[in-house]
Amino acid sequence: MDTTTVEHKQSPYQEIIRQGLWKNNPGLVQLLGLCPLLAVTSSLTNALGLGLATVLVLLSTNTVVSLIRNFVPNEIRIPVFVMVIASVVTVIELLMHAFMYNLYQALGIFIPLIVTNCIVIGRAEAYASKNAVLPAAFDGLMMGTGFALVLCTLGAVREVLGAGTLFAGADLLLGDWAKVLTVHLYQADHQFLLAILPPGAFLVMGFLIAAKNTIDARAAAKAKPVEQKISRARVTHVSTQ
Amino acid sequence: MSFKIASSPHQHSQKSTAQLMKLVALAAVPGIAVQAYFFGYGVLVQLLLAIVTALSCEAAVLALRGKKVKVKLLDHSALVTAVLLAVAIPSYAPWWLIVVGTAFAIVVVKQLYGGLGNNLFNPAMAAYVLLLVSFPLPMTSWLPAAPVQNLAVGPLDAVCTIFTDYSCTGYSVSQLRQDADGISMATPLDTLKTDLSQGYTTAESMKKPVFGWLSGEGWFWVNLAYLVGGLFLLQQKVIQWRIPVAVLGSLFSCSLLAWLISPDTNASPLFQLFSGATMLAAFFIATDPVSASTTEKGRLIFGALIGVLVFLIRSYGGYPDAFAFAVMLANMTVPLIDYYTQPRTYGHKHKGAR
Repeated sequence: MDTTTVEHKQSPYQEIIRQGLWKNNPGLVQLLGLCPLLAVTSSLTNALGLGLATVLVLLSTNTVVSLIRNFVPNEIRIPVFVMVIASVVTVIELLMHAFMYNLYQALGIFIPLIVTNCIVIGRAEAYASKNAVLPAAFDGLMMGTGFALVLCTLGAVREVLGAGTLFAGADLLLGDWAKVLTVHLYQADHQFLLAILPPGAFLVMGFLIAAKNTIDARAAAKAKPVEQKISRARVTHVSTQ
Repeated sequence: MSFKIASSPHQHSQKSTAQLMKLVALAAVPGIAVQAYFFGYGVLVQLLLAIVTALSCEAAVLALRGKKVKVKLLDHSALVTAVLLAVAIPSYAPWWLIVVGTAFAIVVVKQLYGGLGNNLFNPAMAAYVLLLVSFPLPMTSWLPAAPVQNLAVGPLDAVCTIFTDYSCTGYSVSQLRQDADGISMATPLDTLKTDLSQGYTTAESMKKPVFGWLSGEGWFWVNLAYLVGGLFLLQQKVIQWRIPVAVLGSLFSCSLLAWLISPDTNASPLFQLFSGATMLAAFFIATDPVSASTTEKGRLIFGALIGVLVFLIRSYGGYPDAFAFAVMLANMTVPLIDYYTQPRTYGHKHKGAR
């Protein structure tokens, strides 16, 4: 989880990008926030809507938590973080209520539920409370983007399988011009309902994780035969204890 | 007389997996024949589609996993899965239905869990549930049995209907299901369920033409044929008596109890035993050696659980028949059942005894 690892030859920002989008992806690796991940990804529009909301929340909470990190007593830091997160989510919920009412209704309970998304408190505790404002904000952005990408992939796959469309209802999210974005891939007589129902979400999620693991395994297998430096410390005469 | 030195168990069946699976497929033949007679030759087309899909999927995944394709393919387990799914879905369902279902059964339910012997769920039933949940309309479009059919359906019509959605004479499946008055005829279990929910009594509902002697027209004979096949499996010692007896026994006693209390709102126990998939499921599906319980006591509990669940879902659930759901739910409980019903090893004491 901790991103301050001994990665070499990379600027901290590159490392944050790698961690958030791939290596430590909240959706695929940490498996955090599975509830909204599986519940709202029945279409790309819903997934993108919740993804953007989560990115905004993570960006804001990480920034605020990092700003106040030196003033918060260690003992009560978690309640303070939770209050920060709750306020930010409330703001975003009200904004969506005001400006994207249809999407707000489509996502329903899952917007307020971002409060309980473990990614948010997880990043606040693991990263933002220990790092300066800029890296913390960037970490929030990247973790949020990683999560949103998984959401969108899931949403796109499930929408194509289940309804035969892609980006249906994009106008709810982006305004009337976005109606042109909707793609009708095929017209099925019978919808593949399972893809839209929760079991379909679990199945597609499983395949996504499997695909990521396969890619990682391939990459590892490729990287291995290059060179392996074995530096061994002598451990025979450790007499400290 | 020579005694081989081998570890226990010393007494075991000499049959290989392939032989067992072949016997299971063989035992289904009378049932399939009767089904083809009453519900159309579509079932044979479905069988063909299912077997081709199952074998090609199995071969493809085995090759991907780097296993010996030919050896594993010839254990005929994919064949049995294909047969069970093909007879479980309506005979005139569109071709892609059975292809999607069989591919899911083999690739996801069986091979992704590690292949034969490692799957948690019965592949055919998991695929059936997938199809039923995803495509409720084609999955419940059973034609009435041949004697009550309004429009005659020939073998060629079966092929036309499955591949083009219309029979060679241009009727859609929903038209084929209609009686002379243009009202769709559902399966007996479905009809009874709908009628009971509308306030009819069982006896009133049973006067409809889809019902025959004892249970649905045609369905009685299909069930009887699978019962014969099941008894053949018992005689060949491919399956043991515990699971089928427990399934049928608990279904019978539950429905007997309900029927005695309120005969107007419940089907008779014999109707339950000879309707829908009862015999097929009790002898061919619940007895799956992989996903069923393996201890003696466990098998009784497993079977009884299926029977109770079937009765509950048939009577109070949203679907007319229930075996796929019941078997899957019971599959989930198998690890727990097996854990608590381990037989006492000879020489070891009972838990309580000191």
